[in-house]
Amino acid sequence: MRSKLKPEKIFQLYFPIVAILAALLLTAIVISVMGFNFVEAIQALFVGAFGSLGAIGETLNKATPVILTGLSYAIAQKCGIINLGAEGQLYMGALAATIVGTNLNGTPSVIHITITLIAGFLGGALYGIIVGLLKNLFDASELITTIMLNYIAMAFCGWCISFPLKDTEATSNFPQSRAVLESVQLPRLISGTRLHAGIILAVLAIVFYYVFLKYTKKGFEMRTIGLSRSVAQNAGMRLSTTSLLAIFIAGGFAGLGGAIELLGVQFRLINAFSLNFGFDGIAVALLGNSNALGIGLSGILFGALRSGSNRMQMITKLPVAVIYMIQSFIILFVIGRSMFDFRKLRVYKRFAKRKMLQGEKT
Amino acid sequence: MAYLDMKNVSKSFGTLVALDNVSLSVQKGTIHALLGENGAGKSTLMNILYGMYQQNEGTIYLDNEEIDIKDSKTALDHGIGMVHQHFTLVPPLTVIENVILGYDKISRVGLQLQKAAKRFEELCQRFNMDISPWAVVEDLSIGQQQRLEILKALFRDVSLLILDEPTAVLTPQETETLFSLLKQLTDEGLTIIFITHKLAEVMNICDCCTVLRNGRVVSEVAVSEIESKEQLASMMVGSNVDLIIHKEEAQTGDVILSVEELCFDDEDRVRRVDDISLAVKSGEILGVCGVDGNGQSELIRCIMGLLHPTGGSISICGEDVTGKTTREVLNHHVSHIPEDRLKMAMIKEFTVNENLALMAYRDQQYGRFGFMNWKWITEQNIKICEEYNVKTQGMHVPAGTLSGGNQQKMVVGRELDREPTLLIAVHPSRGLDVGATKYIQNRLIQERDRGAAILLVSTELDEILELSDRIIVLYRGRAMSTMQRKAATREHLGLLMAGISPKNTTVTPVTM
Repeated sequence: MRSKLKPEKIFQLYFPIVAILAALLLTAIVISVMGFNFVEAIQALFVGAFGSLGAIGETLNKATPVILTGLSYAIAQKCGIINLGAEGQLYMGALAATIVGTNLNGTPSVIHITITLIAGFLGGALYGIIVGLLKNLFDASELITTIMLNYIAMAFCGWCISFPLKDTEATSNFPQSRAVLESVQLPRLISGTRLHAGIILAVLAIVFYYVFLKYTKKGFEMRTIGLSRSVAQNAGMRLSTTSLLAIFIAGGFAGLGGAIELLGVQFRLINAFSLNFGFDGIAVALLGNSNALGIGLSGILFGALRSGSNRMQMITKLPVAVIYMIQSFIILFVIGRSMFDFRKLRVYKRFAKRKMLQGEKT
Repeated sequence: MAYLDMKNVSKSFGTLVALDNVSLSVQKGTIHALLGENGAGKSTLMNILYGMYQQNEGTIYLDNEEIDIKDSKTALDHGIGMVHQHFTLVPPLTVIENVILGYDKISRVGLQLQKAAKRFEELCQRFNMDISPWAVVEDLSIGQQQRLEILKALFRDVSLLILDEPTAVLTPQETETLFSLLKQLTDEGLTIIFITHKLAEVMNICDCCTVLRNGRVVSEVAVSEIESKEQLASMMVGSNVDLIIHKEEAQTGDVILSVEELCFDDEDRVRRVDDISLAVKSGEILGVCGVDGNGQSELIRCIMGLLHPTGGSISICGEDVTGKTTREVLNHHVSHIPEDRLKMAMIKEFTVNENLALMAYRDQQYGRFGFMNWKWITEQNIKICEEYNVKTQGMHVPAGTLSGGNQQKMVVGRELDREPTLLIAVHPSRGLDVGATKYIQNRLIQERDRGAAILLVSTELDEILELSDRIIVLYRGRAMSTMQRKAATREHLGLLMAGISPKNTTVTPVTM
């Protein structure tokens, strides 16, 4: 089933790249009007993201959670579910990982890391299941339930770190959990950088996503349901159980993202644990068109924007918020992609017509 | 010179040439048939005439005057009206509201319904039609709705009327009524273009016939010069076609499907299936005949486990499957060719390969341990495509790129390849050209001879009569009658389809 690189495949890259370029152009205009130097800013951004081994490590670290939340959105979407709840699922995953990661002292490192990650996956997955059950039992729209469950998850985590899981030995009264044990912290991949093993897990998750959807019967069922519930029904597929599985895996991806962020970067669960990872994941999935490789690449792009922004702010005094502007422009252009469809342009139509007429004459 | 002259019209969509130098001339006061298979360009040509598309080349003359039709409003201004295959009526509005929709010649300010209604009633009287202007459209029968569509065009003073496959949804009697109306219209000087792919209709009511094939005019003949249907069919298809179905006496075996006293009420508690009992034996075809929407699709959905029956029972091979899931029904070796291919049987975005795997993918052969063995599946699917003549650019192109006929062959191939014990075929040849239709019909006979029990649902009387061994007629969810094929005649079936039992000739009371 190996398909060669066909023109259509390359064409898939057209819209995301045009969207990114258009977003940069628009940002350049805004920045220039504000009186900053765009070239300088973008240079600083690029160097900040890819300029050194350390910078690249930072970029990949930042890419990891958004790749996982991107996969979360994408796999649910393939099954026809709009999962806006990756943020909450990520928190619940991080919470489960915190409980396991701060306890079980003396467990060998590899085993401890493994079960902590599994706990993170399950935390998010079981939280995702709630959405599926509400949908199956009461036909509740997941657009509403996922958003609402986000707030519940954040508030619940806030309560946990203020009371049962609160780090009582800390000097400040700041609500935070104890730090996870050293044995569960993810190993650094390159010494001298902060790059941790999370990115490997993210790549594995991407491979899993691809193989699962393309080569398993459950994945085939999910794609069928996502495109046509009536066809799936007619083919004897079990809509509700398969949808439950989809949201289970979706929640699991997000939960795993939370666990990795905890074990690789933050070590403690705090109130603003997620830096909007859940919602950036939606953007990553959209830009990547829910394609395995696309999600990986756009995840890295989003990671680069984040890690480069600090240097950009330092050098050009341009506020970090500019990054959010670029991100939103990208999303707007991805959603409004048809405006870049040159096949619809009048100039192109005229050109095509002339070409066709010439072809007829010869 | 003719009343309407379309000269050297060409139209292409992208690289696809839909019409290639087509000329059509229609005499005033005649019924001119436009005959061709699906995709031959009939509709494109008429859509150009009605202003839905613009031609790339060519000119249109009406009454010796060159006209430029920018949109359907211009077309109407020139007196060209069109009745589409799918009605363009708003069901909850009244008849008169529908009639004046988009028409501002009565009054530019306000609706002036009374004034319009008066004119409409005069029109009805002139053509002996009994439609109240104040009736709500959704209460009208399909036949009435169609006559309303025609009246709507007449109300706008059209002199040229285009009818796109007008008989597709009518019973034989309703068709007769329509035909006599058309005759009356031409007597009054109206010109009619009649799009169809039914040969009998051309022979029956048309004066002249233009045959299109692959976007070109193949021939233009006066109907009086046509010798036989076969001659028309071969013009249409481009080769000699065998219109005869090869069928021998049925060798029936055990009862495979048995439905007893089945009832189904929909969400609004309307009884859609009313006390239907039927049995299909191995090796026979039971034809379910009736006008669309008389309970056929609900009956099939109940059998397939897609709907829960309100009462009664269904058993397959002696096992009770009432209220079982679709998966359990399918496990009894049941194949289903659904009524709506795009909605129920295939996914346009999926590749041909994936679509062909849709029904049997659960099978161990399709892959073990929950995986899909795409290599094996592809080999298998290539065989299906070859055996069932599915023309595709490859196994990995989206199924949406296939023509309608090939999509249907793909679905039929997938269902028959599983060698079903029970085959449920709903409109298996709807929207297909003559060649593909005959092909699929012969495949169904082959399946019957192999020993499958077949339940065939069709609105085409010809198809029912040609294929069935026994026939059951549905009207408003009820079985009007079950009979042997030999005992059935078109007229008899037509009356039953309209809810009239020929013995006492009373209309069965409406219970809805």
